[in-house]
Amino acid sequence: MIKIENLTKKFGKTVSLDAVSINFNRGDAVALMGANGAGKTTLIRLIMGYYHPTSGSVEINGLNPVKERVDILQSVSFVPQLPPPIKLSLAELISYICKSSGVKKEMIFEYAKEMKLDIIPNLNKSFFQLSGGMKQKFLIAVSLAKESDIMIYDEPTANLDPKARDDFYRLIKEKEKDKLSLFVTHRIEEVQDIVNRQIYMDLGKITTDEAC
Amino acid sequence: MKNLLLIAYLDLKESIRANWFIIYSIVFGGLIALFFIAGITESQVMGFSGLSRLLLMYIQVTIIILPIFVLITTVRSISGDRDSHILEYMLSFPISLSQYYWGKVAGRFITVFIPVFMAMAFAIIYGTFKGAEVPWEIFFLYTGLLFAMSSAFLGIAFFVSSLVKSSEMALGISFFVWIFLLAFIDIALISLMMQNRMSEGLIISIALLNPMEIFRVSAISLFDPELTVMGPVAFYILDMMKQWQFVVLSIVYPTLLGILFAFFGYKVFAKKDLV
Repeated sequence: MIKIENLTKKFGKTVSLDAVSINFNRGDAVALMGANGAGKTTLIRLIMGYYHPTSGSVEINGLNPVKERVDILQSVSFVPQLPPPIKLSLAELISYICKSSGVKKEMIFEYAKEMKLDIIPNLNKSFFQLSGGMKQKFLIAVSLAKESDIMIYDEPTANLDPKARDDFYRLIKEKEKDKLSLFVTHRIEEVQDIVNRQIYMDLGKITTDEAC
Repeated sequence: MKNLLLIAYLDLKESIRANWFIIYSIVFGGLIALFFIAGITESQVMGFSGLSRLLLMYIQVTIIILPIFVLITTVRSISGDRDSHILEYMLSFPISLSQYYWGKVAGRFITVFIPVFMAMAFAIIYGTFKGAEVPWEIFFLYTGLLFAMSSAFLGIAFFVSSLVKSSEMALGISFFVWIFLLAFIDIALISLMMQNRMSEGLIISIALLNPMEIFRVSAISLFDPELTVMGPVAFYILDMMKQWQFVVLSIVYPTLLGILFAFFGYKVFAKKDLV
């Protein structure tokens, strides 16, 4: 599904990702780990097509994520580490998501309910005004409702209480079959029940890649 | 197209709720109200009276403050979304970069143009109600000038917004652009050129490349078709083109300038890292 070859990303003289080659396949549930500055987020951003590679290539289902971003993003769900301060109301944000991605509104409501988030009373509230946990639950509900083949989560449980984390792991376990899931995390113990592959990064390189 | 309109609509809704938009609308609406309260429509100075005088004063003030309002409110459009990671999330959905960028441009154009236009339209409606004669020719010219001015500075703002990484830097550049066009070209560049005995034609051409300068001249051209208040400079302008051609130029050139800057802004946006 994702084929990365000799991928390097430099910011000025700083090498953030150093000639990384790796493949991610359907059915992989990957924990991507490493210290701050190891290159995890850079790798994710290159996969998402946010960064132009300095050298090397990324292919998702044979497509270039920078040049063919619209086609690729139809099948990618992404939850960032920190919910962004979007000023749109939940109704407007849902409208943006549904119209741009063809996601069914009812599916977002359903997954939000599974995450113990009641969207209806908050529809006219700005996304920005919700609590950190509510925002994260909403983003997770959207990512699941999108029914993507590739799911990317950057520290998805950082703002969640233990109960909400359990809900998240339960839903992911149900959904991740025959899909590719990437979890950026600092704590393997949090995701060890839902991953089947662990990758450690350091100084822009992959140091270990093992099945678990 | 569907996604472009969606982005434009959402940007418009978000802007209308923002504090800056409320202040922006109050400033221009308040300006018109202030002119009526001050009795400008009832007084006469140098042959200008009634609504004509009010509209002239409105456009003179607007030429100074509209660019800085447009620049500081728009310049953070892309760079601010990038800073706050909004861009990272919003662009994780299948929206093309051109739809996102031009949708933002369209939404922001409506936001900046409507209040300045509505304030002027309100002046016309209120003036008519008070029995004043409506100077339609001036109204249409000023509508064109406001459109062109909004386009020019919106384009420049989007270019700067795409170019820089942080919104603070974008804000700093927008102040510089405003001061440069407002005063620096006139005071520094042209004064220096005059001191060095450069050709007057060259100096005037450089001055007219400045959209703010062209707006100033065009704003008075309907009252004073010979541009006598400008002194000898008028000869150069009116030797080069007829008065109506100058009016067309004053609307077409800044509009094209804005589109060109917005286009370069898009090129930069699409070529650079997004976050």
